[in-house]
Amino acid sequence: MSTDSRRPISPHLQVYRPQLTAVLSSLHRLSGLALVLAAVGLACWVITIALGQGAYATYQQFLASRMGQGLLAFGVVAFFYHLGNGVRHLAWDVGYGFDLRNVYRSGWLVIAFVVIACLSVLVVWV
Amino acid sequence: MAEFRLPKNSRVAPGRRHNSPEGMKTPQKFEIYRWNPDQDEPPRLDEFFIDLATCGPMVLDAIIKIKGEVDSSLTFRRSCREGICGSCAMNINGVNTLACTQSIGDLSKTIRIYPLPHMPVIKDLVPDLTHFFEQHRSIEPWLKADETHLTTERLQTPEDREKLDGLYECILCACCSTSCPSYWWNSDTYLGPANLLQAYRWIADSRDEATEERLSKLNDSFALYRCHTIMNCTNACPKGLNPGKAIGAIKSLISKGGN
Repeated sequence: MSTDSRRPISPHLQVYRPQLTAVLSSLHRLSGLALVLAAVGLACWVITIALGQGAYATYQQFLASRMGQGLLAFGVVAFFYHLGNGVRHLAWDVGYGFDLRNVYRSGWLVIAFVVIACLSVLVVWV
Repeated sequence: MAEFRLPKNSRVAPGRRHNSPEGMKTPQKFEIYRWNPDQDEPPRLDEFFIDLATCGPMVLDAIIKIKGEVDSSLTFRRSCREGICGSCAMNINGVNTLACTQSIGDLSKTIRIYPLPHMPVIKDLVPDLTHFFEQHRSIEPWLKADETHLTTERLQTPEDREKLDGLYECILCACCSTSCPSYWWNSDTYLGPANLLQAYRWIADSRDEATEERLSKLNDSFALYRCHTIMNCTNACPKGLNPGKAIGAIKSLISKGGN
């Protein structure tokens, strides 16, 4: 059978109903990416200490600004999500939690963990 | 590479309305993906109405009725109508399943039907599964064992036979593979959940003697490890099987074998 090169590709992301499974998986990747960027931010913070009082004060000022606080909050959420879901992945890696019921249970558990952890951070530090 | 947007020729245009719900006791609206290779038009989403009062209970009953009474050119695969042949796999209201085992009553409002996602379309709801079955061939889905010394049939303990439960039932409908984002982006090299479950079906078989060979062939960063345990596969399987778990078992065997 010859392949018709004009054949369309059937819709995928556009039509697939969001599943908890796929949504949490893509969030794992995005939070991982966010953490890499956060590591750069952390390195910059350390560098400003080495650069001296002025640079450090400027960086602290940026972190205290609305945008800085937003980025920090985003980083905290990403950290706890990646941590929680990472443990979920470790469980899968040793063969636990593959049944669909447990996949959903552990998924919601990770979400609950993120909410509680972030609220704790709010209470303790802010 | 992940291509999130559809290519230009694949974007779905608004479609036609084929009939009206007037005079129907319990009208049900269907929106169905159409593409005809003989017409130089982009794919479109056509609108049909079916009277549920005179229609069977499953989505397949409805599309057969549409083909019979409204538009005979509507094209789809079907055969057994009882969930054992895997022909009528399609995307119904955003989820891959078999049209013959999906009850209309369990769906809400408008029923929207697309072909299995991210596949080349031959016509309407018929995707080209050639590559999918090529991949199935590549896992060598048959018993590999030395038969020269055999004098009786090959016996298997009930316990060993049980290990094949949840694997042998796979009907290769491709619902799982085409629900997997990893398969969407890497189907050229990634085997996908259905074929990895099939591969594991032979690895788990106590009578098969090619386990090492099968595992070392699968030990490839693309063929196997494009699986990131997303688990859309298990979510989609209309037979209630667990391809995600089977892939996990393959990964675990490879890590224990050290090859």
